[in-house]
Amino acid sequence: MGHDIWHGIEHVFVEQSLVAAFAVVGALILVSNYAAKRLTKGRVHGSAIAIVLGLALAYLGGLYTGGKKGLADIPALAGIGLMGGAMLRDFAIVATAFEVDVIEARRAGLLGVLALALGTILPFIVGTLTAVAFGYHDAVSITTIGAGAITYIVGPVTGAAIGADSTVMALSIATGVTKAVMVMVGTPLVARLIGLDNPRSAMAYGGLMGTVSGVAGGLAATDPKLVPYGALTATFHTGIGCLVGPSILFLTVRALVG
Amino acid sequence: MIVLGVALLAAATLIGVYLGDLLGLALGVKANVGGVGIAMILLIAARLWLSHRGRLTKGVQFGVEFWAGMYIPIVVAMAAQQNVVAAVSGGPIVLIAATGSLVLCFGAVALLSRIGRRDPGSDAVEHGGSVIGGDAEPEAVAPAAAPGARKG
Repeated sequence: MGHDIWHGIEHVFVEQSLVAAFAVVGALILVSNYAAKRLTKGRVHGSAIAIVLGLALAYLGGLYTGGKKGLADIPALAGIGLMGGAMLRDFAIVATAFEVDVIEARRAGLLGVLALALGTILPFIVGTLTAVAFGYHDAVSITTIGAGAITYIVGPVTGAAIGADSTVMALSIATGVTKAVMVMVGTPLVARLIGLDNPRSAMAYGGLMGTVSGVAGGLAATDPKLVPYGALTATFHTGIGCLVGPSILFLTVRALVG
Repeated sequence: MIVLGVALLAAATLIGVYLGDLLGLALGVKANVGGVGIAMILLIAARLWLSHRGRLTKGVQFGVEFWAGMYIPIVVAMAAQQNVVAAVSGGPIVLIAATGSLVLCFGAVALLSRIGRRDPGSDAVEHGGSVIGGDAEPEAVAPAAAPGARKG
């Protein structure tokens, strides 16, 4: 009897996957807002707690299913995959542009470009130096790992273009994913320290951090009003990384290590 | 009509992503270059154009703002499907490369945000915050409800 009821519920969740995801995520946010208010007296944003909770659940889901998509690999929660997938994520990000103060955005345009350049070069240098320190000596592996530090999309795109082997590719992707997760969790913690409280700094932040999922999560957890400004620059970051990774950056590394 | 707002958003997204694909192709990159950013700029332009001609109705606005308000829930769903296991079990090289670039970039944000004058922040920005926040934080809405309280 109890088994039948459980089975029936699971069936509904599988059949109504996206609707189920709305309900589950809504419940998660409700709990997080309550925790933010009661446990932290409002010092921590409810959305920051919800994002960390989501990441923790993704970890448990990944351990449980052995898959790569966190909670979304559990059949009854597959709707999370659609709700939080690239399609609806980009749709919602574009929607936030409706709230952009054009004057603010235009004023910070040049700063955004500078941030994009730095946001590509700095992580790449750190990534390549780390690769060298861990004993990689060929230009292809060094470039691929360095590109992974830019974002987890730039890494494999660059690696595929210059012919990296699959272990290096996996390292490169893992570096990018780790960075994205750390950006989501770390941003609200350092926001005050780095002056991330106005549209200008949000545009610099978006260009420097790049990784759209990291920026999307980090700003949502810090202050919703900053979201469109950070997203505006961040969405150019991956494309630029994919442009310079297999070309300028690879050629530079090859010239240096021979 | 609400659906027109949703359709406007959809059209801006589709055109933006298409142009991003074209840009990627033109540059010889196997990726979309700034598609979402282009879509955002298109949507901003559409909003300015509509409000200029007095066509920005409540319905259109609601159709777009609903999805802006769904932003945080969608990001939470995105967080719940990250490959956190891979991130946690990446080993020292992954950890060092990720942490190093993170610290350096946070530092650069701190530097860049100190360049130029500080923004006092505008009412439009604050209003955007309450829409995108989806009214998730009642205390965040309270100051916006007091008009004139924070005129820059």
